[in-house]
Amino acid sequence: MNTQSNAMPDSSIDSQAIAAVAMSQTRPFYWSVRRELWENRSIYIAPLAVAVAFLFGFLISVVHLPDKMRATLALNPMQQREIIERPYNMAALLLMGTYLLVAAFYCLEALQGERRDRSILFWKSLPVSDLATVLSKASIPFVILPLLTFAVTVATQWIMLLLSTVALAGDRQSVAMLWSQLPLFQMSLMLLYHLLAVHSLWYAPFYGWLMLASAWAKRAAFLWAALPLLAIGIVEKIAFNTSHFGALLAYRFSGGPAGGTFTGRDIAMDPIMQLTPGRFLISPSLWLGVAVTAAFLVAAVRLRRYRGPI
Amino acid sequence: MACIEARGLRKTFGTTIALDGVNLRVDEGCILGLIGPNGAGKTTALNAILGLTPYQGELRVLGRDPWGERDQLMRDVCFIADVAVLPRWIRVSQALDYVAGVHPRFDRAKAEGFLAKTTIRRASKVRELSKGMVTQLHLALVMAIDARLLVLDEPTLGLDILYRKQFYDSLLNDYLDRSRTIVVATHQVEEVQHVLTDLMFINHGRIVFECSMDAFESRYLEVMVNPERVAAARALRPMYERQVLGRSILLFDSIDRKQLGALGDVRTPSIADLFVAVMSDRADRTSEPLGAAK
Repeated sequence: MNTQSNAMPDSSIDSQAIAAVAMSQTRPFYWSVRRELWENRSIYIAPLAVAVAFLFGFLISVVHLPDKMRATLALNPMQQREIIERPYNMAALLLMGTYLLVAAFYCLEALQGERRDRSILFWKSLPVSDLATVLSKASIPFVILPLLTFAVTVATQWIMLLLSTVALAGDRQSVAMLWSQLPLFQMSLMLLYHLLAVHSLWYAPFYGWLMLASAWAKRAAFLWAALPLLAIGIVEKIAFNTSHFGALLAYRFSGGPAGGTFTGRDIAMDPIMQLTPGRFLISPSLWLGVAVTAAFLVAAVRLRRYRGPI
Repeated sequence: MACIEARGLRKTFGTTIALDGVNLRVDEGCILGLIGPNGAGKTTALNAILGLTPYQGELRVLGRDPWGERDQLMRDVCFIADVAVLPRWIRVSQALDYVAGVHPRFDRAKAEGFLAKTTIRRASKVRELSKGMVTQLHLALVMAIDARLLVLDEPTLGLDILYRKQFYDSLLNDYLDRSRTIVVATHQVEEVQHVLTDLMFINHGRIVFECSMDAFESRYLEVMVNPERVAAARALRPMYERQVLGRSILLFDSIDRKQLGALGDVRTPSIADLFVAVMSDRADRTSEPLGAAK
């Protein structure tokens, strides 16, 4: 330590030290997340490509929109709303599916790829802890993908609304109905809740498990992820003739207490009042899942510490 | 101050013993060559020093426990494992950004300066660079880090002769100062000979020989013996004898240069010659502690 810093009062040294520690924790994390986005461009290219493809299809279908709107005028408001919302929910569903696919492939590759191409030796030559690395990788399915999916979905829906408005421009009544029957803000809010509650928090054990398989497997991470689950199910079935494990997985995948919202139709039909974040957040199975996820990630951190290149 | 200090360092993989009770001390400012045949334990020893593998025994690197504190240790330690470890997808500019982002002692301007002397473009991906250029990039990243210890494990493996020469030249000219310690493990003994200050041979997980390069140059002499003096030369108990083009070359430890001059042409042996001599010497009398060591 040089004389200048010796002369400083203790408190400022402390705060300096605290700031240094905070910096030493957050900066590597921030850059590691950016690194993941550099390496895995599919994280944002895939949803954008799906959105563009969907919009292209929608652009063609919009030709028939004026006729369709005139036909809907005869129906009651509930049915009108359902027909108008349908393509918007389809866009959201498609992008959520993309999220799940991208997340699954990303997690399976996350901790195996760096060992396969030996680049783990380069990453480990830098002052970034295994914990920071694994957390930065986990942040992709838990934080980056839901927010990105939300942004892309909302942008897609607004472009759809814009295209529809242009197509209906000549027909004052149809435009009014389109805008009045399409609760886009409400839909966005529910989408965000659904993405964070179900796709991030509730599905967390899936991502954690896939990352653990990725940290463990020398090759074929997917088999290492899938076969143990299958084996447990089979052993349980033969030994006790029950299928609780399979039911548990199915319950987890169906969305649990936040669920009932798994199909696009239900999302659309759920009035905003039925969102029950309170009930969801106090459900023990959510926190059990979070704890299991944490255990998987801790195991992945330990494995990365011990594992060298393959 | 000791930069690296190990006592009774052991590491086993199943029944294979990779490190068998290694004791070593590397002082700050040393440039140590760690020489050994394949499977001797070089890489395992370096991995233990870098906190990449757990071990038994005592090991301190810059006063830290490498296995427990790898991430903190890596602020003061750099390593180049070999040329193939830079991720192939990364762009040169991204590599600079990333290291600048995570490493508090990285001097970006310095790295840019090194790169300016090469033909490497910022927008290139590592996969588009030749093997030699990847090494230049890695070296530029590492040399721009103000580290106290640099560990190199076969850094020039697979490079052509120009890049190999350039590698050590850059290291000598742009990186070295007395406060930095370098440990280099390699097979290509002849190209590091003029760089080293200290020498260590490792075999079967043990340090079998160590000496400073000054001691090496003053103690070991090789004589291409005139045919009629061979018997007289053998009486001086050479460490090792080999035949080249029908003439005997004998390697001596601590024999007066003048005395040897009478037998034939005297010269300083290469590290490779001494290595072969030490290894065969060990094979002859394995139980006896090596007189040549310090």
